[in-house]
Amino acid sequence: MSAPYAKLPAWADYGLIPLVNLVVAFIVAGLVVLLVGENPFRAAVILVEGAFGRGQGIAYTLYYATTFIFTGLSVAVAVHCGLFNIGTEGQAYIGGLGVAIVCLAFDSLLPWWLTFPLAILGAAAMGALWALIPAWLQARRGSHIVITTIMFNFIAASIMVYLLVGPLKPLASQAPQTRLFLDGGQLPKLNWLIELFGGKVRAAPFNVSFLLALFMAWLMWVLIWRTRLGYEMRTYGFSPKAARYAGISETRIIIVTMMISGALAGMMALNPTMGDQHNVAIDFVNGAGFVGIAVALMGRSHPLGIVLAAVLFGMLYQGGAELSFEMPNISRDMIVIIQGLVILFAGALEHMFRPSIQTLFATLSPKSAGLAVNGEGA
Amino acid sequence: MHQAAIELIGINKSFGAVHANRDINLEVRRGTVHGIIGENGAGKSTLMSILYGFYQADSGEIRVNGEPTAIRTSNDAIAAGIGMVHQHFMLVENFSVLENVILGAEGAPLLKTSIAKARSELRRLESEYGLEVDPDAIVEELPVGLQQRVEILKALYRGAEILILDEPTGVLTPAEADHLFRILGQLKEQGKTVVLITHKLREIMAITDTVSVMRQGTMVATRRTTETTVEELAELMVGRRVLLRVVKDAAEAGAVKLSVKNLSVKDQRGVTMVDDVSFDLRAGEIVGIAGVAGNGQSELLETIAGSRHAASGTVILDGMPVDLTGAADPGELRRRGLAHVPEDRHHVGLVLAFEENQNAILGYHRQRRYLKGPLLNIEAILADAKDRIEKYDIRPADCRLKTANFSGGNQQKIVLAREMEQDPDVLIVGQPTRGVDVGAIEFIHKRLIAMRDAGKAVLLVSVELDEIRSLSDRILVMFDGRIVGERGSDASEGELGLLMAGVEQREAAE
Repeated sequence: MSAPYAKLPAWADYGLIPLVNLVVAFIVAGLVVLLVGENPFRAAVILVEGAFGRGQGIAYTLYYATTFIFTGLSVAVAVHCGLFNIGTEGQAYIGGLGVAIVCLAFDSLLPWWLTFPLAILGAAAMGALWALIPAWLQARRGSHIVITTIMFNFIAASIMVYLLVGPLKPLASQAPQTRLFLDGGQLPKLNWLIELFGGKVRAAPFNVSFLLALFMAWLMWVLIWRTRLGYEMRTYGFSPKAARYAGISETRIIIVTMMISGALAGMMALNPTMGDQHNVAIDFVNGAGFVGIAVALMGRSHPLGIVLAAVLFGMLYQGGAELSFEMPNISRDMIVIIQGLVILFAGALEHMFRPSIQTLFATLSPKSAGLAVNGEGA
Repeated sequence: MHQAAIELIGINKSFGAVHANRDINLEVRRGTVHGIIGENGAGKSTLMSILYGFYQADSGEIRVNGEPTAIRTSNDAIAAGIGMVHQHFMLVENFSVLENVILGAEGAPLLKTSIAKARSELRRLESEYGLEVDPDAIVEELPVGLQQRVEILKALYRGAEILILDEPTGVLTPAEADHLFRILGQLKEQGKTVVLITHKLREIMAITDTVSVMRQGTMVATRRTTETTVEELAELMVGRRVLLRVVKDAAEAGAVKLSVKNLSVKDQRGVTMVDDVSFDLRAGEIVGIAGVAGNGQSELLETIAGSRHAASGTVILDGMPVDLTGAADPGELRRRGLAHVPEDRHHVGLVLAFEENQNAILGYHRQRRYLKGPLLNIEAILADAKDRIEKYDIRPADCRLKTANFSGGNQQKIVLAREMEQDPDVLIVGQPTRGVDVGAIEFIHKRLIAMRDAGKAVLLVSVELDEIRSLSDRILVMFDGRIVGERGSDASEGELGLLMAGVEQREAAE
């Protein structure tokens, strides 16, 4: 039976729908703010100003965004191949081990611009290896990747705790973290970039890994839409049967995709470790892997969308911190609730408003809606 | 009582820019079988969906037994005495027949009472209309013909006086179809009204009293079946003269290109799907494999294409064996000159979410011409896609359009263009015209004949007996995984029909 449906123009698909979702999320968040007895409009102003009002805020927002770009890309690459990698959290955590090994070994010998590429390789390799095991289990044994990657998050956390309270910890220290990296293991800040545009930055961890994140976003676009490998990934993602018909090896494509996904997750570790804290500490990922799922969903798995969504979540992190500082009734937990609402509406309920918006478009301007008729059956 | 069971007056329905139904007027008389024919996308299904409450008409009126009736949901339709048998059955497969029949009409919190009521009611329907089904059988264990009967019982149990059947014979053997027609005849005698949607002109001629033809959203004609001909109906459907019979010369069969020997295939449960099948396919001939869907043809095709594990036997392609472990590289087979048009173009032959040009290279995307290092050579891909759109008259002629937005016929042309343009030695084709409109069928058939005349070997699997008979030089009939007979292209339909139903040769001759 033909099921005609209205197809939305690209700007509505990629712009309007996320915007509507976002607005609804903020309205509901506003009600929550009202509930605890604060003025939601003032809260919104503080949030936005805190994130974008001053150079300092912008630098922090972009610092958080860097982390989310990596994890968002990681999730999105797998999504294009029809795989749901929930293990970004663990892969990023293990990626930190790669950073630690490289930095602890070379920070006294090499300048940062030599350590950095090695650390990128180390982080990517560790993340990729951590994704390889679930990928192999999925490809060869049919163990569902959602289950195995969740499990691997816990295993990753346990391994890192063991290493950070044991072998990687300096002898005399009581903190579960590595020693501080020397200059060779510290990434230069990019705060001058913001000062170039007149912003003032006192001290913020915004660093060169942001540029790496943007480069990776571009690279992902090339990979997905311009390479043979990306073509095969998308084919498998849309239709495993068509992929088999086209001679695409299921085992190979799952493993390769997951390793790319894991590598991107691993690179996330560069930002908070070499870029900010200059050590690898316990729990440094702090949920960024899960935020990556929301970022990928909201960004519709497109690199540009992911960068924008990552900046949005960066804003929520940075502005949220300001908010809990300014408004005594709004605690850190409230910020988490607001973030949760954004994830809920923009991510999980992404399709909630789509039917009504499609209907609206179909009635308002049938021509611009570019009607499409499904080719199935009579 | 009013003569018309259903009257549709001035029905209009648009989906965005597409006017799916345009000022439709239709009168279905009580106690008749009324056929509705038309190509894919002519608006038949939309019209029936409006009548059954799936869609709301933008304007127009529905009258049931002369009374204007508002049908907003399928419950309204059921209340008005309209029942529908869908093309794809709406049955819960692991429920029993009884459980399926009472689904949605349970009536009481405890199933016991309604089951008892349904049981006696089923017995009555059974004796009245010859609708025998074991009420306690599990639906998934029933053959398709019986599953369809359950659908009809469901509608009658709900008190349907008007029965709509959407493409009911697509999955049936000729014998099962005949049985269905007898049932429909009985329903008619009992005063029920039947609306039959189909694209098979033969069925229309066989059992309808009146036939209405739809084209591009409008009702172009209504005829008494006795006063029309197949040719006239085909012309009305397409809007121009159609060659129903393919013109072709005798085959000039050459060397053996594909040789299948003692091939057996088991499915995942270990059930034998292909049982000791042997045949040769020569250059310059079309060998048709006839059979009712589900008798092993699909598995045979997939095994030859290297994507299924064979239990035993060999397949020789151009003198070299094909890897039958199920892990064969389809890319390698393509390089060896085997092209495969799969049965399921929606999930196998195409990626519907892709732009057309991306599908035009599926399976051939490793060819050097489509690559620049690790990157895709977008210009070359687009150029080839455009070239084929022109050659195969694919519409709309837009290689950047999403494949899902092409009609079934044009989607099939995309697959055929891709496979044929590789100039293969052996072409294996599954259901080339399933869900394809009449105009495109003509084109596809001509292309297949042209391939044959160019000295290619073509293996054709189709459940459309007419297609097999008009295209094939030799016909193999498959039943229950075995090849039960080989006939020439002059085999009669009755003869093939009996073979397809599993009636042994000796019995058939009697």
